[in-house]
Amino acid sequence: MSVGPILERCRAEGRAALVGYLPVGFPSVEGSIAAMRVLVDAGVDILEIGVPYSDPVMDGPVIQDAAVRALAGGVHLSDIFTAVRAVSDAGAGALVMTYWNPVLRYGVDRFAGDLKAAGGAGLITPDLIPDEAAPWIAAADSNDLDKVFLVAPSSTPERIATVTAASRGFVYAAAVMGVTGARASVGDAAEALVSRTREHSDVPVCVGIGVSTGEQATQVGRFADGVIVGSALVRCLTEADSEEQGLEALGALARELADGVRRGRP
Amino acid sequence: MTTSQAPAHGRFGEFGGRYVPEALIPALEQLEEVWHKAVVDPEFVGELERLQRTYTGRPSIITEVPRFAEHCGGARVILKREDLNHTGSHKINNVLGQALLTRRMGKTRVIAETGAGQHGVATATAAALLGLECVVYMGRKDTERQALNVARMRLLGATVVPVDNGSKTLKDAVNEAFRDWVANVGTTHYVLGTVTGPHPFPEMVRDFHRVIGVEARQQVLDLVGRLPDVVCACVGGGSNALGIFHRFIDDASVRLVGFEAGGEGVESGKHAARFASGVPGVLHGAYTYVLQDDDGQTIESHSVSAGLDYPSVGPEHAYLLDSGRAEYQPITDVEAMEAFSLLSRTEGILPAIESAHALAGAMKLGRELGPDAVILVNLSGRGDKDVHTAAQWFGLIDDDGGTRLPDDPGAKGMGEQL
Ligand SMILES: Cc1ncc(COP(=O)(O)O)c(C=O)c1O
Repeated sequence: MSVGPILERCRAEGRAALVGYLPVGFPSVEGSIAAMRVLVDAGVDILEIGVPYSDPVMDGPVIQDAAVRALAGGVHLSDIFTAVRAVSDAGAGALVMTYWNPVLRYGVDRFAGDLKAAGGAGLITPDLIPDEAAPWIAAADSNDLDKVFLVAPSSTPERIATVTAASRGFVYAAAVMGVTGARASVGDAAEALVSRTREHSDVPVCVGIGVSTGEQATQVGRFADGVIVGSALVRCLTEADSEEQGLEALGALARELADGVRRGRP
Repeated sequence: MTTSQAPAHGRFGEFGGRYVPEALIPALEQLEEVWHKAVVDPEFVGELERLQRTYTGRPSIITEVPRFAEHCGGARVILKREDLNHTGSHKINNVLGQALLTRRMGKTRVIAETGAGQHGVATATAAALLGLECVVYMGRKDTERQALNVARMRLLGATVVPVDNGSKTLKDAVNEAFRDWVANVGTTHYVLGTVTGPHPFPEMVRDFHRVIGVEARQQVLDLVGRLPDVVCACVGGGSNALGIFHRFIDDASVRLVGFEAGGEGVESGKHAARFASGVPGVLHGAYTYVLQDDDGQTIESHSVSAGLDYPSVGPEHAYLLDSGRAEYQPITDVEAMEAFSLLSRTEGILPAIESAHALAGAMKLGRELGPDAVILVNLSGRGDKDVHTAAQWFGLIDDDGGTRLPDDPGAKGMGEQL
């Protein structure tokens, strides 16, 4: 099921959606699924289910570290679908966020079919641009899946037009030039990028990279359809002394963020 | 894909492409445009030629090596001496081109990845020459085995950043360079060091190295009166190989053979033989052969040679393999080091360990083809940077770097080996 209706519902409630990212397999496959359930219970509307990858060029130290530890712990691609099923059953939108090579290796059509069967909404592809995505676009369309591509502050109007035309579900607007990781402030570039993106399309625009606090969620939620939080959530787990403590910190931050998006608009 | 179909933009057959974050696409488009304009601009072409002549020392000579050839089945063996270039390898050809493009794009900072350190040294050199800020990413493991080159880069004014992620070698340095580039793309050009990465790098880097084959083809014709039977080169990312191969592609009688790092043997799993055991996939922006597991995770490569220790390979080589125009064979660490020692002792030329893989390949092919054959080998670099590694390999120094004397029972003694 597409995340479109979830974003519409949030819009009707007069707020931005809260989108949370966690990689599968850290601290373990079960542990990561438990953490995803905590996020859904705390008010996360859509989950980005991360595929740990050996060469994550778009990720900063926090997500890299979690990926390395997840891979060392023996996570496999098949575990992704287990997480998708759990998130979808818990009632949130389940998007898989993955670098392209794992999908290629699994087989694009096979991946799309298995994702659909597990109740997944679609894919976010940080290193796949629409120009190179013909096989994925075909597989997504025949399986009725969302295709979330990215725009960045450097994107030209032509690029934004190309990306929005190919996207379904939402467009992921990278708030800053750089890799994932919490930032002290989410710059003005994000708001400008969102309004430039809206000139080309009605597809919802969610903003990610750098958001870590309820206050930032409020601020970004004023102009975006969704607020994406990754590293700040992952850090709750990687820096915890125990799994219970990690889940507690995670739940607390997610509630703060959920509160943040609800305070956004007057 | 049928042959009648023109390959898609930025592709070699089905290989290549541009698998990178959207944030970098405008920079790649700008690079492609500036590069296409530059190569038809007499000012750019003239400046590059002048630097090649007065700075790099081009044309590089060829050297026939008869004493070494005795170990190659008696075939005639001719070396293309890229080792004599300023900074000691072919890498400078590409770097000078990209540094001039950096200036044309109005950028003031260059970044680079390096394995053996040769590309880092070349980039630091060009940055010093043109007054650009320079940051070089290098896997921690490589900073240790190529310590001399780290010092060289720093003496040239570059900042060297050791990379502690993943395998701590070249692939992780590339990841880190991409991360820097995404954050600083407005002011920074990424001087990618080989014929891989997102389009236009594979094509552009090849064209900057094409001069190797253009010169060598004429030089061999002048010396021998005919084309060589085989052209040999080592293949890391594949830039020196494509540089020497490309001018020969239309010469159907000339075999093009690339030698990958076989490490401890392909069956050991500790190697960088992408064509011997890799599967097509995407790494660092290109669709090509990649060492990967069933989940698409990159498998770490192994080689005695830092410059060949890379789990992927330029997409045009993948195309040359699949189309049958070129062949690729693995050479083990042991075979490469034997060739290293042999060339040093028979000809007084210390090759880079990377290039020694091509020499070992020539030894095999020469024995197959016999004395009538003419073999052209790209000697991509000199071995000065490898003295420490080679001295350890042959037991000339102990683990702390102290000299072992000949009567030391631990010293293997290269002399006894020959
Ligand atoms: C002397 C030398 N030869 C070969 C290589 C391998 O690179 P490529 O395959 O791009 O020529 C290197 C890389 O560092 C090198 O230093």
